[in-house]
Amino acid sequence: MSKANEPQVGGARVKRGMAEMLKGGVIMDVVNVEQAKIAEDAGAVAVMALERVPADIRAQGGVSRMSDPDMIEKIQAAVSIPVMAKVRIGHFAEAQILQTLNVDYIDESEVLTPADYEHHIDKWNFTIPFVCGATNLGEALRRISEGAAMIRSKGEAGTGDVSNATTHMRKIGGEIRRLTSLREDELYVAAKELQAPYALVKEVAETGKLPVVLFTAGGIATPADASMMMQLGADGLFIGSGIFKSGDAAKRAAACVKATTYYTDAKIVADASRGLGEAMVGINVADIPVPHRLAERGW
Amino acid sequence: MKVGVLALQGDFREHLFALGECGVTGELVKSAEEISKIDALIIPGGESTTISKLAKSFGLFDLITKRIADGMPTYGSCAGMILVAKSILDPASGQETFGGIDMQVRRNAFGRQTESFEVDLEFKGISGAPLRGVFIRAPWVESSAPGVEILASMQVAGVSHPVAVSQGRVLATSFHPELTGDNRVHRYFLEELCKK
Repeated sequence: MSKANEPQVGGARVKRGMAEMLKGGVIMDVVNVEQAKIAEDAGAVAVMALERVPADIRAQGGVSRMSDPDMIEKIQAAVSIPVMAKVRIGHFAEAQILQTLNVDYIDESEVLTPADYEHHIDKWNFTIPFVCGATNLGEALRRISEGAAMIRSKGEAGTGDVSNATTHMRKIGGEIRRLTSLREDELYVAAKELQAPYALVKEVAETGKLPVVLFTAGGIATPADASMMMQLGADGLFIGSGIFKSGDAAKRAAACVKATTYYTDAKIVADASRGLGEAMVGINVADIPVPHRLAERGW
Repeated sequence: MKVGVLALQGDFREHLFALGECGVTGELVKSAEEISKIDALIIPGGESTTISKLAKSFGLFDLITKRIADGMPTYGSCAGMILVAKSILDPASGQETFGGIDMQVRRNAFGRQTESFEVDLEFKGISGAPLRGVFIRAPWVESSAPGVEILASMQVAGVSHPVAVSQGRVLATSFHPELTGDNRVHRYFLEELCKK
């Protein structure tokens, strides 16, 4: 039946579509098989396999790189939900490696040490889809023009401080709303100011949303954080250090999943917030010297 | 007729939009009260393990199972196909299904995301141009009982695998018509199954 036409892999629709399937869900950072299974049992829609969660990267310092392929493959073998993994900004060879490992999504992430301070990866060259961080609309559209099939607002990873995630979501949302209010002949200058391709700016102005799914990340640690980010317009959440740096990870993971689904129902979010034990201790973003802030990486 | 789209997780808004394009005002449902009031249900694409776990923890699982068994017209795409199958060949730990179609499905049957693809399909009962099937970590039907009608199939390594099936008032597709802007599968569901 399908002989006349060859299946087409790696097109924008299957890359962006994969992210559509994750909407309304929570993607959790995991560093080993046990954590991956806890995440899957709690209802995570995907896991991010990495060697150190952002809180530890921050604490331990040093150069942070793509994870060991063995470690990623063990996690792939242990769970049936999608497995994502991170590469350094601009490190296309790390991305080539992850593509051969058949991970489901690559995060070109500011949480790792950048490999290129000028260029991001040309993501159109890959069959595998990419998610990239952004702090504002222009940055999001530049990543999309490079082929990102999903965007996450950056927040400040590894802090447990949700304030930057809030700032970035409000910023992206506000800039989108502003575009929709402009006259068509004003979009040229808007594109110049956003430093983003005119065609994408025009598309956002017409549709009132990004052409790809928008998740939130960075500092989310409680069901209330999850609910707030969803109410601010996130399509879903990445939770990194917030789960496995807390007292009862399994319970907190399940609670964050529930709060993400029922984010408009404060009673359910309240119930999900009960008896979770110790939340991750956290660091106030304001106490981190600017050169050590991860959200500043990427341009 | 009130058509609900199960909104626990996944691309439920795309299904709602597709219903709208067919002239039907759908409704997102995620509570027992909402689910007991609908006349038909769409189960969207998403992560089948997540959707079934959320359905269980909020006491919706048995209700949906019973409503489908009682004859509520139901359409599931991708994760939704898995959830209306009688059984899963390789379930995640503790993963159960609502049932509705007497079939066994294989999850992620075509492979991981790098193997996700688009292809033109012939769909029995839908005329005109071929349907563009968008398959994302998609399942296929591994085996089915005689009462299950096969509406579309894919050849993989010389073996034909059903990717769209129906039985009674339940429809399932491995692929995502809600991502293509082509609403013929939704129309088929509304015309052929909801009016049965």
